[in-house]
Amino acid sequence: MIIKRKEFIQIGSLATASMLLPKFLKAFEGNVMVPAGNKVVVILQLSGGNDGLNTVIPVRNDLYYKARPRLGIEKTKALMLGDEAGLHPALTGLKELYDDGSLGILNNVGYPNPDRSHFRSMDIWHTASQSSEYLTTGWVGRYLDAQCKGCDKPTQAIEIDDILSLSMKGENIKGIAVKDPQRLYGTANEKFFRDVMKNYKDEPGEQPVDYLYKTMAETLSSADYIFKQSRLHPTKAEYPKTDLGNSMKTIASLIFSDINTKIYYVSLGSFDTHIGQEGQQQRLFTQMNDAVKAFVKDLKGNGRFNDVFLFTFSEFGRRVSQNASGGTDHGTANNMFLISGGLKQKGLINELPDLSDLDEGDLKYRIDFKNVYATVLNKWLNADDKAILGKKYDYLDFV
Amino acid sequence: MSLTNQIKNQHLMWRAGFGPAVEQLGDLFKYSPKQIYKALVKASEKKPEYINVADDYLQGLYMGIEEAGRQQKKEMSEDEKKIRQQKSRESIRNLNIYWLHEMVNSGAQLREKLAFFWHGHFACRNLNIFYQQLLLDVIRRNALGNFGTMLKEVSKTAAMLNFLNNQQNRKDHPNENFAREVMELFTLGRGNYTEHDIKEAARAFTGWTSNPKGEFVFRKFQHDYGSKTVLGQTGNFDGEEVLDILLQQKQAAKYIAQKIYKFLVNEQVEAGNVDWLADRFYKNNYDISKLLEDIFTSDWFYQEKNIGVKIKSPIELMAGIRRMLPMTFERDEALLLLQRALGQLLFYPPNVAGWPGGKSWIDSSTLMMRMRIPQMLNDRDEFNVRPKDDDDQMMGSSSSLRKNDVNEDPKATAMKSLKRLNKPLQVNIDWSLYTKNFESIPKEALLANVTGILLQVKSQVSQDLIKQYSDNSGRDNFIKTATLQIMSTPEYQLC
Repeated sequence: MIIKRKEFIQIGSLATASMLLPKFLKAFEGNVMVPAGNKVVVILQLSGGNDGLNTVIPVRNDLYYKARPRLGIEKTKALMLGDEAGLHPALTGLKELYDDGSLGILNNVGYPNPDRSHFRSMDIWHTASQSSEYLTTGWVGRYLDAQCKGCDKPTQAIEIDDILSLSMKGENIKGIAVKDPQRLYGTANEKFFRDVMKNYKDEPGEQPVDYLYKTMAETLSSADYIFKQSRLHPTKAEYPKTDLGNSMKTIASLIFSDINTKIYYVSLGSFDTHIGQEGQQQRLFTQMNDAVKAFVKDLKGNGRFNDVFLFTFSEFGRRVSQNASGGTDHGTANNMFLISGGLKQKGLINELPDLSDLDEGDLKYRIDFKNVYATVLNKWLNADDKAILGKKYDYLDFV
Repeated sequence: MSLTNQIKNQHLMWRAGFGPAVEQLGDLFKYSPKQIYKALVKASEKKPEYINVADDYLQGLYMGIEEAGRQQKKEMSEDEKKIRQQKSRESIRNLNIYWLHEMVNSGAQLREKLAFFWHGHFACRNLNIFYQQLLLDVIRRNALGNFGTMLKEVSKTAAMLNFLNNQQNRKDHPNENFAREVMELFTLGRGNYTEHDIKEAARAFTGWTSNPKGEFVFRKFQHDYGSKTVLGQTGNFDGEEVLDILLQQKQAAKYIAQKIYKFLVNEQVEAGNVDWLADRFYKNNYDISKLLEDIFTSDWFYQEKNIGVKIKSPIELMAGIRRMLPMTFERDEALLLLQRALGQLLFYPPNVAGWPGGKSWIDSSTLMMRMRIPQMLNDRDEFNVRPKDDDDQMMGSSSSLRKNDVNEDPKATAMKSLKRLNKPLQVNIDWSLYTKNFESIPKEALLANVTGILLQVKSQVSQDLIKQYSDNSGRDNFIKTATLQIMSTPEYQLC
């Protein structure tokens, strides 16, 4: 662990802010630490259930074209990854990453007894629960719980959004949602809130009101901290002027600073393409492709691509057969993109879906997503995956 | 420190209802908690009216369902289906706003509060407005009645049977979802049954389904008439008998009593109190009214350690503000946006386990949002937060809306929806009812009085600070602005 003095001094206002803060936050304010290598994870959630079969297309599989006479993407249009599979035509940037050796694809990721409702399946992915259990904390949140007991660092996990996802909520520590660092800073600097905070006296004994003040103090100081950090090395690179483009730009600027953030979380949607799938998926993929492409270029230009691991997921894939409205209905297992300069496995990591062996028209999962989480937590973030996931899951070899 | 009747009565009104209403402020000093509780019970005696807010078009379809069935009419076209789903979603929004209105304005506070509890207990997502209305009716009618009766009625609603996939639960092809949740979430709690019990119970529920009108249907050819063993008892049970077996377990009384205790009294359970309640609840054959009387007339309910320790849920927060400050919204949409941004949208629980409550309501975003609400209601702050999309609620509508204009610039669409939010909420607060309560209060005692009515905990925020942020240009202006400032503190999040 290296204590970086440089930015600690630069974030001058923290010193003033800390005088307003009760004692439970002092530890946090005094220890802005950046672990060696400063490896971070970026999670890109594709909300609504992305159609994996039209993402990584099994171009030599007749069953695919038979099931999708209208929606199937022809081999000539797909961006070929070797002989068997091709990427959706909009994903040109990801094709470059594939050629470059910095894209990995996991096929058939899912979980036992899959649920086909959006919220429940998303719940399962967010909490990393079994499909028969209900957890009220998210896996990233529990990472926060495990990583910083008593150190109150909500900025270890940041969601680029106005609202915090369940995955980011731990039992004791919750990540922080920031759509725009400047706006959050503005809200938090509302003078009344600052003054209310100043008034607060931390008395012995943990009352519910202390929890509220603690959250408020964390929010105010985090807002300050994130805003200042985002201004340290703001990226000069060009990003697409989309929601996701802006979000990736914010993430890049924070990665280039020395903020203590380990996990960034951002969503794109809606991929719920029951009808008119072609246009909708094309649009969203173009946004994703352009934003990710700019992000990777920026990271490479700043020598940080090896430290960043980005992965995508969706709550489920879609039915193998197209429906009657030019779309697809809710399905089960799906693929995940893994993007990093530090991948150990590249390209198509495992076999494409077996379309001749379906479960009532849906793909069977081969990899439990919790194995992916365990791998990321243990191998990339050096965290105690067993404590966080509540169970030991075997590691995969992609990092 | 001895507690005043005022603070005890406010405590009772927050827990047995949605907080004191502006017209009740005078009563807070006049009566004892016992008298107030009696009045609350009386005001909730009447059977609630069935709420029907379904769109006319849907109403027509609904009335014609049986007719259509008889004539074997052809299936609805895709477009008709879309329209129906769209209208159903809109109607569920109306149901949300209507019920929230009841929570604010109904005299039957105890009934609506418990219905709100059962709404979270029998959590269910279903996009059919009629099914939702029927389930809500079961819950509101039985909210203060018998738990066993309610359990059986809920178990036979189309909303719940569909939500928990029981239409797929057939002889030789059991679907265990319904049986599992009935045991895990509705009656016993995890760890009080085995996987084998679930398998066997699922067989008893085979054939339980509903018709398109939402009426319960028992399909006898899908029912498994064989012998089952559930929780040690063996017989050719049907679903109803399995529910009876569950209710025979003392654990069911304990599970429900504890959950109600956490909801109405304190998240921190005191085992002695809960055991005592559970015992009596069981002996009283699951009579909910008696359970509530045990709680609200006990001495421990009014102990200081149980006052001001609950984090208001978003619905409680919003209803509570509206009860104290009567207000009208130019756009009802605002009420839904606030619910979504704060993480509790009625009729859209996160899962069948309901809203987890307690500390889970509070994170950096929701806390700042909560503290900004009073100024938003006063049109001094804009609603510039974009709640997350809920794909179940949308049902792919975001793409369906654009079906015919594939070339429309998605950015333009996104901007449109964003713009809609970056606006004041446009609320009109009727202050006169509120401010007149303080007419006889001397100026120097004004702030202490306002604070006393609004907060259930000792405030960390000094009077000087509130004064500094209040408009001192006149008595009424001072009351208004001080009220909004106090509502913008962490303390106001508690009840």
